Parts: sequence; structure tokens; C-alpha cells
Amino acid sequence: MAGQVVVMRAKYRISVKDPGVPGVLKLDDDKFVFIPHDPTSSAKLQVGFRTVKGHKFTKEGTNKQALLNITQDPEIKGGGFIFEFEKFSDRDVCRDFVGKALAKYIDVNKAAAEGSVAKLNTEQLSTTEIDRRINLLREDSELQKLHQQFVIGGILTEAEFWATRKKLLDGDNNRMVRQHVGFKSAMISDIRPQADGWTNKVTFNLTPEIIHQIFAEKPAVHQAFLNYVPSKMSEKDFWTKYCRAEYLHSTKNSVAAAAEAAEDEELAVFLKQDDILAREARQKIRKVDPTLDMEADQGDDYTHMPDHGIPRDGNKEISDSQYDQYKRNLLQDLNRHAAVVLQGRGIDDVDLADPRSVAEALASSKKIELATEAQYTNSNQAELVRISKITEIKDLQAPRELPLAPLSIKDPRDYFYSQQANVLKHLGETTRGMKPVKCHLRTQEAYSCMMKSISYIKDVGINDPTIKPELALKVLNGLTHNISSTKYHLRNNPQESFLNSLPTLMKEELLNHWTSIQELLKHFWSSYPITTSSLHTKVIRLKDAMTRIYPRLQEIKESAQSDLRHQVSLLVQPMLQALDAAFAHYDADLQKRSAKTAAGPNGCT
Amino acid sequence: MKFPIEDVTVYFPYDNIYPEQYAYMVELKRALDARGHCLLEMPTGTGKTIALLSLITSYVLSKPSNPVKLLYCTRTVHEMEKTLAELKVLHDYQVRILGPSARILAIGLSSRKNLCINPSVISAESRDSVDAACRKLTASWVRALAIENPNIPTCHFFENYEKAVSEAVLPPGVYTLQDLRTFGKEKGWCPYFLARHMVQFANIVVYSYQYLLDPKVASIISKEMQRESVVVFDEAHNIDNVCIEALSVSVRRQTLEGASRNISRMAQEIERFKATDAGKLRAEYNRLVEGLALRGSLPITDAWLSNPALPDDILKEAVPGNIRRAEHFLSVLRRLVQYLRGRLETENVEKENPVNFVAAVQAQVGINQKMLRFCYERLHSLMLTLEITDTDEFLHIQTICNFATLLGTYTRGFSIIIEPFDERMPHIPDPILQLSCHDASLAIKPVFERFQTVVITSGTLSPIDLYPRLLNFNPVIIRSFTMSLTRDCICPMVLTRGSDQLPVSTKYDMRSDPGVARNYGRLLLEMVSVVPDGIVCFFVSYSYMDAIVNTWNETGILKDIMQHKLVFIETQDVVETTLALDNYRRACDCGRGAVFFSVARGKVAEGIDFDRHYGRLVIMFGVPFQYTLSKILLARLEYLRDTFQIKEGDFLTFDALRQAAQCVGRVIRSKADYGMMIFADKRYSRHDKRSKLPGWILSHLRDAHLNLSTDMALHIAREFLRKMAQPYDKAGGSGRKTLLTQEDIEKISNGTAADMSLF
Repeated sequence: MAGQVVVMRAKYRISVKDPGVPGVLKLDDDKFVFIPHDPTSSAKLQVGFRTVKGHKFTKEGTNKQALLNITQDPEIKGGGFIFEFEKFSDRDVCRDFVGKALAKYIDVNKAAAEGSVAKLNTEQLSTTEIDRRINLLREDSELQKLHQQFVIGGILTEAEFWATRKKLLDGDNNRMVRQHVGFKSAMISDIRPQADGWTNKVTFNLTPEIIHQIFAEKPAVHQAFLNYVPSKMSEKDFWTKYCRAEYLHSTKNSVAAAAEAAEDEELAVFLKQDDILAREARQKIRKVDPTLDMEADQGDDYTHMPDHGIPRDGNKEISDSQYDQYKRNLLQDLNRHAAVVLQGRGIDDVDLADPRSVAEALASSKKIELATEAQYTNSNQAELVRISKITEIKDLQAPRELPLAPLSIKDPRDYFYSQQANVLKHLGETTRGMKPVKCHLRTQEAYSCMMKSISYIKDVGINDPTIKPELALKVLNGLTHNISSTKYHLRNNPQESFLNSLPTLMKEELLNHWTSIQELLKHFWSSYPITTSSLHTKVIRLKDAMTRIYPRLQEIKESAQSDLRHQVSLLVQPMLQALDAAFAHYDADLQKRSAKTAAGPNGCT
Repeated sequence: MKFPIEDVTVYFPYDNIYPEQYAYMVELKRALDARGHCLLEMPTGTGKTIALLSLITSYVLSKPSNPVKLLYCTRTVHEMEKTLAELKVLHDYQVRILGPSARILAIGLSSRKNLCINPSVISAESRDSVDAACRKLTASWVRALAIENPNIPTCHFFENYEKAVSEAVLPPGVYTLQDLRTFGKEKGWCPYFLARHMVQFANIVVYSYQYLLDPKVASIISKEMQRESVVVFDEAHNIDNVCIEALSVSVRRQTLEGASRNISRMAQEIERFKATDAGKLRAEYNRLVEGLALRGSLPITDAWLSNPALPDDILKEAVPGNIRRAEHFLSVLRRLVQYLRGRLETENVEKENPVNFVAAVQAQVGINQKMLRFCYERLHSLMLTLEITDTDEFLHIQTICNFATLLGTYTRGFSIIIEPFDERMPHIPDPILQLSCHDASLAIKPVFERFQTVVITSGTLSPIDLYPRLLNFNPVIIRSFTMSLTRDCICPMVLTRGSDQLPVSTKYDMRSDPGVARNYGRLLLEMVSVVPDGIVCFFVSYSYMDAIVNTWNETGILKDIMQHKLVFIETQDVVETTLALDNYRRACDCGRGAVFFSVARGKVAEGIDFDRHYGRLVIMFGVPFQYTLSKILLARLEYLRDTFQIKEGDFLTFDALRQAAQCVGRVIRSKADYGMMIFADKRYSRHDKRSKLPGWILSHLRDAHLNLSTDMALHIAREFLRKMAQPYDKAGGSGRKTLLTQEDIEKISNGTAADMSLF
């Protein structure tokens, strides 16, 4: 990447709420430069990566802005350089670049530490192994933080730390796999026509998503689109024709379909069986696992030659042929659909709204696929190994490690986010008139309710005011303020934004504790039952570390602002509980062991 | 591990062995010693194949003076690949332990379509066109012409193979079809003819049933096998059907039209030869006078599917005088076709036995039985003389001659049934004349006679005493093994009611009931949300599956199912089904999970395993009875009743239940594996049906699981899956041992008296 430069249009924001200054962001190896469009603006920036500590970014989502925050000092809340991009894809490019650039700098510090650690280590590691570990640390800042905290902090040894991450270490190729959003499981491509019941009109709804799926599942339509649009017909005509064909299919009248197809050759393309599919199938069948290749059987099947064997013995079934090619088979569609879903979305970074670009991207991705497949056709060695592996009978043999597909979760924090759902659910359950409940009330509802009662009071009049109006107003003001503030914090989507409503520092700390507790607990529980003295010392070390974290969590709980305290405590509670459970187990185990050693020399483990 | 069984040291490629496998080997060894046939039933998932292969190879290794050749027959090509893969594991082990002396040659043999590597030939679609394309390049007269005229294309793979002559041999090893192709490509030799040639030297040949059972194929491929061979029919529960199909022919209108075209084409060729090369026709005539025995001297490439049924002594007879001349033979064929055409023009179903039919042929068109019998052979000779290479165009006339020969050869065990239309579609006239064989023993008889040991084995051969009767042979050993399980790793259930507590069944009167379809759908929907990885569903027929899937699609159940798992379906198109299976496996591998819909008598149920995570649950929707109104089936039932005193009902139930057992038996591969089986039909709860299931399923079918509704089944499934997730002791800790180590085996063989008490 040396010498590489990324230039991207972006807005620089001083703070999150700032509208931002439009300009150009330029990234290179050792610094980033922001030049605003308006030369008079003071928002010019030139910062070396040396001083940068980390970077953050917003999650991808429809109603969100693509932000990238390059932080210099995490202690300063909201500090750092926030850039807004037009598209997430632009942001991702910059993010990746910054990540790499930062890794280089951190690496310089890191490598020194790493080297000393490796030297200290009793086990002999190959250089590739060390490289791999360093690489992993470099790429994952989270992991790096943990490593710093525990290994350098002396709570875990290097070997222990990596033992739980073996999977990360062995396949260096599967780490890089990025997850994409796949197709939906449901078949949307057989669009159901909607008749309005009044006229003879039938309506079809096509969304860009559906169009993409149609292209993927029906290569003939895809091909026809590339051929006809826009040279021969407009896009609208094309889809009208397609829908007409779909409609003909939905009537299940293959004779009518055949008749229509005879008149209109473009329509026939949609009605006939897909030739491209058939061709692809013939290609794929050559590479299929020979232990399930039923097509090969036909080569050896001399009884099922035409006119041999017994065709009408009640086992076999007949199909009439003439209109076969116009008869759509649901079963075939299902197979095709499942295959496409399994294959996943071939393209990304393409604007789905434009069918033309989708079609082209799909065509080019298919070409690449074919080319790579052609390369692999000759390597059947791996296939042979695989077959012989599955041939072996498992339990007659000493176990061999199964190839596990690592669980690929974009961000382990998602687990933490999922905890929030519980928090909110819990909130919903306490249906007393307590403050937190109110945060479930929508402003409109609260408002309409209030309006109702006001109008009621207006009509009826207050006969006997139990409280003084001033006091009531005060309470009312307090309440509305509270509602709107929590409402503001929770926004529309409580799942996502509760953590964000916390002060950044606290949020960071919470997440940090969460991951470190996870790590500690993982080691803690995996070291039971204690069989060796080294495990024993490890458990003690781990327990000490956990006891250190415990009061910190309590502190967080108490330091939270009043209106957030409840939610924060709900978040902290599971962590505390997990720690409590661990401590309890530790104590129980300790007691048992001491009792055993007291009972006699035989009880020694 | 290695251990002795009596005087044979068995080399077994794993560290442990199941007691069943050991017992199986003991029985098999006794059968080999006795030089007799045997019939062995052992549940699926107990490693039959590897036990069988280890014993036989070890037997040969221990007794080098008695080289036994193994002919291992599988039903399908993919099973052949599986067997060869197991053999590879075994061979690697034996060579590792014993050194190069244990080397053997094992090959898989298939048709040109699966072995050819010539790109111009293999591009043809069907088997027959590949055969024809090959013949066009390799037939002896084509090659003779090509020597004079270099513009005539030949196959350089075959030419290279011919040039290498005696050097063209396969070094010892285990060759799958892929290996053969790779080897052929490396050397530039034709793998098909190389394999055909190596069959006589190979220690183990793995090929399809039909290479032994179908007389058309058997006489070219398998004629040189020595008597000291061991023939194994694996997964042989359907062997009677294979035998019957091998000897059955059907004739439709299209067949007759095609045959007429073929006859006129041959007539033209004869005219052409008369004008240019009359000597050839004369030479043929002379050869026919001397008899058919000369056939053996044909070059290998000219051999084609040979006579379906001629006993050897007839081959020495001369061809009847009135069909020796080519024109005369053609006119006989013409008359025969004409007669058959007349017979097809019928309004009613007709049923006749071969004797009457032959008499009618004689009376109407003057063709006697002997002429009929020689038709196939005579046609073959004529086509060779006329140098016809596009044999795929001549399938119709071959069918007619095949029909004639069968008709002329057998007088019992067959019937001729003429139907004007299919009962299920009475509005579509589609007359068909079927020569249907009812006696399975006819096709397999030569195999029993020719080879000293024939082993028939499968996971489901119950009731086991029926098979010797159906196939008419006397096995020296009949054994049915049970399965000793370490834990209850199979969980069969009978589901009689749906979620609304109404009965479910595929009986004719209930089949179209939307409530049943809905209940079946709900059952699957509940199961896909509970069971991980793969689920397989079997339906009673394609049409039923099609109907029910459409119903599910319309009612939205399918959509809900797809929320949990991907759906793949077996269709009539083999290519598509294969790809669907491939995708299904991939979906299971990657953790996505999938459901596979299949048909009980379909190709998938025949030979695809859904072991391990590829199948954690099988649902058998309905009882897979045959279509009982079929005329052929009725005729066969009648024959069985008259000849073997087997009641119709008994046979139908036996047949349906063996199919069902076969379907659900695909889930288990080893004792470490686990799977559930749901029989979803109220008829399974009846004792007369259920008791026909193989013992290893019955022994796990608890009384409490005999009459379940969807919610109860769901509960049981949850419990079962939870139980299976727990760690367990593989050796089967208390009481019975389910996994034997070297030590255990030695103990057993020392105290021979006590050994059988173990099982």
C-alpha cells in the first residue's frame, strides 16, 4: 500500500451534530488532509497518523449517515475528526485505509512488545506463527486491547490467550471473508398477481430487490434484458412483457402459453424453458461429487433404455410431452431458488435501483466465476481427500479434528447489543407508574391522552381541584420533559440507540468491561476441573482480575446520570451476575478441595 | 487392526470394529469356505461394505493358492464410487501393513459415457449416442478405411491404446472412474477399452448389477469371469425387480414406426451393397450357415449388446435357413412389425401368455418360434455386415428383435399385456404392448450357476426367507443381524394424527383431503424449526409430491418452511436432481440447513445416503404402495400366488414396507451417527404393516411412539436431540460391548464357544 492515496469527497464535522463543511478528504500513508471546497473556511486539516489513536464508524443502515471518526485521544469526549461520506461504500474504503495505516503505526510499538513476549514464552513458536499473531492483533483493535490488558498485564500467558483462538490462527484465508447480505429465503420471484376484483386489470409489483433476484434466478430473463433493453424496447415494456408471461404461467394453461409464444418471439423467451440454465447445469454436473452423481447412472442403466423394462408397472409416471417446454414446474423453480440463495448475492456495491447496472454487474460476476471454475476443474485432488475422509467410519477410528466453519459474526459486540433488548423488555414489564415506563409511551400518545383529559376538564370543569394548578403544571412540565428526553435518547428504534445515548466514555468503558469479562470468564470456566497446579494458579490469577473489575462496574452503575441509571444497571447486572456465579463456583470448589485434603490423602486431585 | 477368523487373518483398516461386523465376517468366511451362496441382512450404518471387502481381500491374502476374484455389484454408479472409496482406505491400510505384496488391482467399470475422454465423443447427450459416436471412430471397418484415407477421423486414444498392445496395462491400485479417466489422459490411452481389457486381470471389479444380470450386457462384459469368483450384490433388497426389468420389453407405436424406418434404411443399404460389394453379403450368409459361434472372434470395438437370452448350446446351431439371407430376414421383420401394429390397435386390455402369442404369430404371419429366437442375433450380424455405425438410430428395431428373441426363448414366467391407454389417463390413447417378466429367478439363474459364491446383502431383506423363494436358489447361509447400539441413536416414530388430532394417511380416499395436506405441512413446519441441519422427506409418488408441494405453496406453508431451511426437490430430471442434491449437501455443510423432498421409489431413495448432518430426520409421508391397479402388477401377483403361494396382500405390504424401510434407513451411517424417522400415516400403527419393518427399526420403536400426533412428535424430537447432544461412552460401557478393540477380538477368538453369545 506504500504510496497509495485515497481521495474522497466528504464533509468535515466538528461534532456529531454539526452540519459539516463539504470538501475533499485525502488519505495517504502517513497522514490525512482535508481541504474544504470553500477556500476561506478554517476547517482545513492536516493530521499525521502518528498522533491518531483509533477510529470509529457508524453501522450501515438505511436511515443513517456514513460517518467515520478518527480519534486522537479517546479521553476527550467527542474529540476527533468526524467525516461524513455520501455513501457507505465510500466510507468503507476510507475506513479500511485508515485501519491499515493505523495498524502500521501501532505495529511499530506493538512489534517490540510482541517480540519480548515471544521471547519470554517457553514454547517455541515458528516465525510464521508469530507473524500470524501479530497480524491478527494488528487487524483487530479489540483483540489488541484485550491482549494488552491481559497478556501484557500478566493475567494470562501468551499461550493461554491464543489457545482459545486457535481457529483464528489456522485458517488465514477464511478470516478475510466478508459477510454479505444474502437473498431472502422466501421465493419472491414468483410474484403473485393482484387482481383488484373490479376490473380485469392485474397488478404486479416489482422492486429493485425482486428484479435482482429475477436476474439471478432466471438467466434467460437476464440475458434478454441485456439484449433488448434499451435497444429494442424500453425497460417498462420489458417488464410488462415479463409480467404478462408470469401471468400466463400463473393461469397454468400451458396450451395458451404455447399459443401466445408462437405469436410473440420476445414473450416466448420468458415462457420457454431456460436454455442457459440447462447449459449451466450440464457444466456443473461434471464437477459434482461422484458419490451422488445420479446422472452417471444413466450410462450404466440398460434396463431403462427406451422401450426396455416395464414402463407401466405403477411405479413410474408419465408426462405428456408436447407442451412441456411451456409448462413451468414449481419444483424446478424451488430448486433454482434455493440454489441461488445458497450461492449468495454475487455482486455488491451496486446500486440496486438501476436494473441495467445490476444486470451488467451480474453478467460480469458470472464471467469471473466461470473463469475461476475453469481453473479449478483439474484439481480433483482435494475432492479425493474429501471423499476418503467422509468414507471413513467415524467411531471406529480415533477422532480427527473436524473442519469447523468458524462462526462469522461481524462484531462480537452484537451480543452485547442483543442484551439491550432484554433491558427494554424488562422495562416494559415493570408496568407501575414509574418513570422508566414512560419511555415506552410515544409522544403522540402521551400528547393525545393529555389533550383528551384537558378537553375533558375544559368541558366538565374542575370541581374540586385536589392539587394546586401551579404544582400540577410543574409536575406536568417535569413529566413532559422527562418523556421527551428519554424519547430523544431512545429515538424510534430502541434496539440501536440506547447505548449511543450514553456518554461516550461510559459506553466505551461498558463495552470494554463486557469484552474483558467475557474473555476472563471463558478462561475461568475452561480451566475447571482443576487438575494441575498450573491451572490452579491460573484460576487464582483470573479470579483476582475479576475481583478488580467488579468494583469498577459498581462504580459505573452509580456514576450514571439519574435518568439513565436504571438502564445502565440493567446492562451491568448480567455482567455482575456472571461474575458472582464464577466467584460462587470458585468458593465452592475451594471448599470442596480443602475438605477433601482434610479428609485424607486420597482425596487429592 | 488385524485379527484371525479361524484360519484367515483379517486386515481391517480401523482401530476398532463393531461386533456385528465381526459376526458378519465370520458368516461370510464360512460361506466362502463352503463355496456356496449366502444371504446376509445387516442394518445400515454398521459398515457392511468395509467388513465385506476386508474379509474377502484378507481371505485371498491368506490363501494365495486360491485366487478368488471379487465381482462387486452395486445398483448405481455413485454407489460404485463409494465402494471404491472404501476400498481405497482398505487397500492403503493393507499395503501399509503388509507391504507391496498386498497390492491388488481394483477397477470400476462403466459404460463409454462415463469413461470416454475423447471430447468429440463425450459431448453427445445420451449413452447410446456416445456409444454410436465411439463406434463411428473405432469400428473395425472405419479403422480399415482410415488407413487408406487419412481424412477419415479416428479416435487417437483408441489408436494409442491399440499401438501399446501388451504394454497397455494398469499398474496395481484402486481405480475409480475418475482415476481411470485421469490415467487414460496421462497415457493417451482409451480408458474404456483399457478397463474392459483389465477386467480379466483385476482382483476386484466393481460394476453395476446390469453387467451381470442383464443378459444383453453380461455376455460381453462378464463372459470371461472364472468360476472361482465371489459375486456380491450390495443393497440387494430390490434385486428381484432388477431381474424382472432386465427381461421385460415394451413396444409402443413410436417403437414400431421407428422400426419400420430402420428396416427401410437397412433395405437401402442392402441394395447399395448388392451393387458395390456383394461379396460381403455372401460371406455373411456362409458364416451364418456355420453357426453363431464365430461371434467370439469379433474385434472388441464391434461387440455390442449381445443376445439377451440365448443358451450357449444354441449358439452352435446354424441360423434357420429362412432368415439367413438379408432380404428374407428383413421381410420377416417387416411382417413382425406389421403384426405387432395390428395387435396394438385394440380397444380393450388384452393379456396373453407367450405360448399363445407365438402360436398366433405363426398362424398370422408365418414366423415360427425358432426364427423369433434368432432375431436379435441375426440383426446384430446384419448390422455388422452392413457396417452401420450409428447404432443409436437403430434402437427401435433392436427393441423389436429383443422382444422376438425373449418371446421365442421363454415359455413360462412371462405374459404379454396390451393396453390401449394408461388407466390414470384414459382420455389419452397410448397403446402399449408389454412383454413382462414375472419370474425374477430367470435372469439371476445363470449367475448362481456360473459362480461358486454369490453373496446377496442389504440393510433390509426382511422377511429374509422370501428371497430364496423369489430368486429360486439355495443359500448355505442365511443370517439376519441385529444392531447393537451404544445409545438409542435412532428414534423411529409413527405419527397417526396431525396437529388438529385428525388422522393422516395417503390412502386413496384421504389423499386429496386438504386437511391431510395441511397436517403434513404443519408437521414439516414444526420439525424444520426444531431439527438442525438436514431433513429428508419421502413421498409416495411424484404426482403426490407435486400436488402436495403445490398445495403448500398456495397455502403459504412452503414459505414458512423456507424461513427455516432451504428446500430442494427431486425431479424427474436426473441432472437437476443431482445438482439439487449437491446444493443440499452444501447447505447442510455450511450450516444453513435444508429440506430435501424425494420420492419413495425414486432414484434418490435407491442409493443416496443422508448420513450424519445430511439427515437428522426422515419423514415418510404415507405408505409407498405400488399402483395396485396396474395390469402388470396384477399379473405378477397372480404368478407369485400360483408359483410360490405368496398372497397378494402380503407381497404388496412386503414391497411397500421394504421401500419405506429403505428410505428411512438412509440416515444412519455409524453408531456415532443419530437420526429420527417419522412414519407419517395412520396405517403404520397397524400391526400387520408395522411388523414387516426390519428388526433393527422395530426394536427401537417403543410402544409409546406408535400413535403420536404432531405436538407429541415434536416433544419427542426435542428430547431426543437434546439427549443425542450429550457426550457418551463409545465402547458401550455397561453390559454389551458395542465397539470391539483388538483385545476384545482376541478374547472372542480364544474362547470360540462363548463368542456367539455376544451377539
